[in-house]
Amino acid sequence: MELTRLKSWLLAIGFVVLVAVPPLVTALDETFYITLISRVMIFAIAALSLDIILGFGGMISFGHAAYLGLGSYAVGILAFHEITNGWLQLFVAIGGSAVVAFIIGAICLRTSGIYFIMITLAMTQLLFFIGISLETYGGDDGLPTDRSEFAAFIDLGNEWILFYLILGFLVLCMYISWRLINSRFGMVIRGCHENEARMQAIGFPTYRYKLLAFVISGSMCGIAGFLLANLTEFVTPEFMHWFRSGEIMIMVLVGGMGTLFGPVVGAFAFLLFEEIISGFTENWPVIFGPLLVLLVLFAKQGVWGLLPKSKAGDG
Amino acid sequence: MSTLLVLEQTLNGIQFGVFLFLISAGLTLVLGIMNVVNLAHGALFMMGAYFASTFVAWTGSFFIAFLLIIPSSVILGIIIEMLTLRPLYLRDHMDQVLATFGLILFFNEGVKLVWGVDPQPMPTPELFAGNVEIFPDAPYPVFRLFIIGVGLLVAAVIYFLIAKTKVGMLIRAGASNTQMIRAMGVNIRFLNTFVFGLGAFFAGLAGLMAAPIISVESGMGDEMLILAFVVIVIGGIGSVRGALVASVIIGVFEVVGRSMLPIAMQKIFPLEIAQTAGPAIASMLIYILMAGVLFFKPQGLFPARTG
Repeated sequence: MELTRLKSWLLAIGFVVLVAVPPLVTALDETFYITLISRVMIFAIAALSLDIILGFGGMISFGHAAYLGLGSYAVGILAFHEITNGWLQLFVAIGGSAVVAFIIGAICLRTSGIYFIMITLAMTQLLFFIGISLETYGGDDGLPTDRSEFAAFIDLGNEWILFYLILGFLVLCMYISWRLINSRFGMVIRGCHENEARMQAIGFPTYRYKLLAFVISGSMCGIAGFLLANLTEFVTPEFMHWFRSGEIMIMVLVGGMGTLFGPVVGAFAFLLFEEIISGFTENWPVIFGPLLVLLVLFAKQGVWGLLPKSKAGDG
Repeated sequence: MSTLLVLEQTLNGIQFGVFLFLISAGLTLVLGIMNVVNLAHGALFMMGAYFASTFVAWTGSFFIAFLLIIPSSVILGIIIEMLTLRPLYLRDHMDQVLATFGLILFFNEGVKLVWGVDPQPMPTPELFAGNVEIFPDAPYPVFRLFIIGVGLLVAAVIYFLIAKTKVGMLIRAGASNTQMIRAMGVNIRFLNTFVFGLGAFFAGLAGLMAAPIISVESGMGDEMLILAFVVIVIGGIGSVRGALVASVIIGVFEVVGRSMLPIAMQKIFPLEIAQTAGPAIASMLIYILMAGVLFFKPQGLFPARTG
């Protein structure tokens, strides 16, 4: 998948704008936007990771919020036991998400179609209920947490530094998924989406490939969870609610399913739209619900998918 | 942990299971025959409860409310089917998931606009308001027994409809091979609308039955939807018999597990561990059961679809 010149330019401009956000909004005395854009970028990572299995692999996981929760609980629970080392927390967030994604994936990938959707949904609900029943770690009410501590020069207490750390992770994750999708592994995953029987016939153990993609996607979303806990300084089972999974899916749809960087655009479009419209009315889902139905019916290619495609495929 | 308590909790579990069956019976037909993911089923259940509360407030009669629930939930179901699902039958499941998710957002927020954010009042109908002593010295609410009765009646009606009528024959044929009955010249579009209307009616009925015992509020269908999915996965998509068996299993596991497991664990483990891990494991039980069933029978206990 290559990017057209237009898309490359758009990405470059987007990056420059993001880099300029903290100084710009500080100058305008609207520092609230630093937190807002940080949050958007975190969900962009989550949507990006979901698109690897959803858009490219054709695995309709309705449980991606699970890893968002796992990543954030890694921060919350370790900090609760006074382990605030950021590297260790990040390692546990990624590792924990990978292990759980492996278990869930191993069970769910035995099935397909409607079953797969319902089981990924149910498995995430399982984690949600575990989160609620963990009384020690706040249970239903959630758990306030401190930000991770990295080496002295990365002080996450500073909103600017946290913002740039999240931006850095976003760029890293975009690079990883670009390399991944264009690799031989990525080709096999896309092949499984197109025609799994044929992939098996030419000798690929598709179950193992899909499982690995599921694990990679889950661990990438674990990073988003790690960052989310740091941004909100709060961990709650609510992060794992199945509505969250639905919202991440919406971001992928709005940006363009099966496009490399569409989900990032989708996260921006969805969350900023939500921010604006909820300023007008508290009952914004009444408007957004039917809008979503219309989007599905008539504009499935998404924002990023509307842009001209390169010959090698739509990046 | 007395025997009486176990019996009472088992009865509660069966009642909850039958109630789950009311929700999942319609959904399993929709999933199995139409091959469509319908997340809005939980919203239909919620609307049933809201309608019930409103009708009872208007007429003061549970029975009249029941009569009014039939057309209102069926019409709502058919409107949903025609406007959003019909164009999506041939699209992939992802589209159906997102569109019906949009419907959930709409209905959950819509009821707040129409009825306000407070839970709606819904009295238990007077006829079923009291308690009976099934076991000596253990009063049991009549309404809960009534729910079991209605659930079994619905199971019987569905059995008759599916096994003995022409339309039931088409439904069974549709569940096992949609392409084939289309090729045989069956009006699949009408069949789909009929099945969806039927599913909407059962969801509405479940809402009516649930309204007196659980709080009628926005989002009340969301958790139920997931439980219904677990039931359907265990029972096998499209199988009403599977849904009945799985509902009762899930109901008993959920209710008895939640009340008994923490107590039972205290006998084996230290108090502290039992109090922390007990509720956690109890809430995991049904999902572990689901994973177990899937591991041995990926198509569920009673697979309906053959091709």
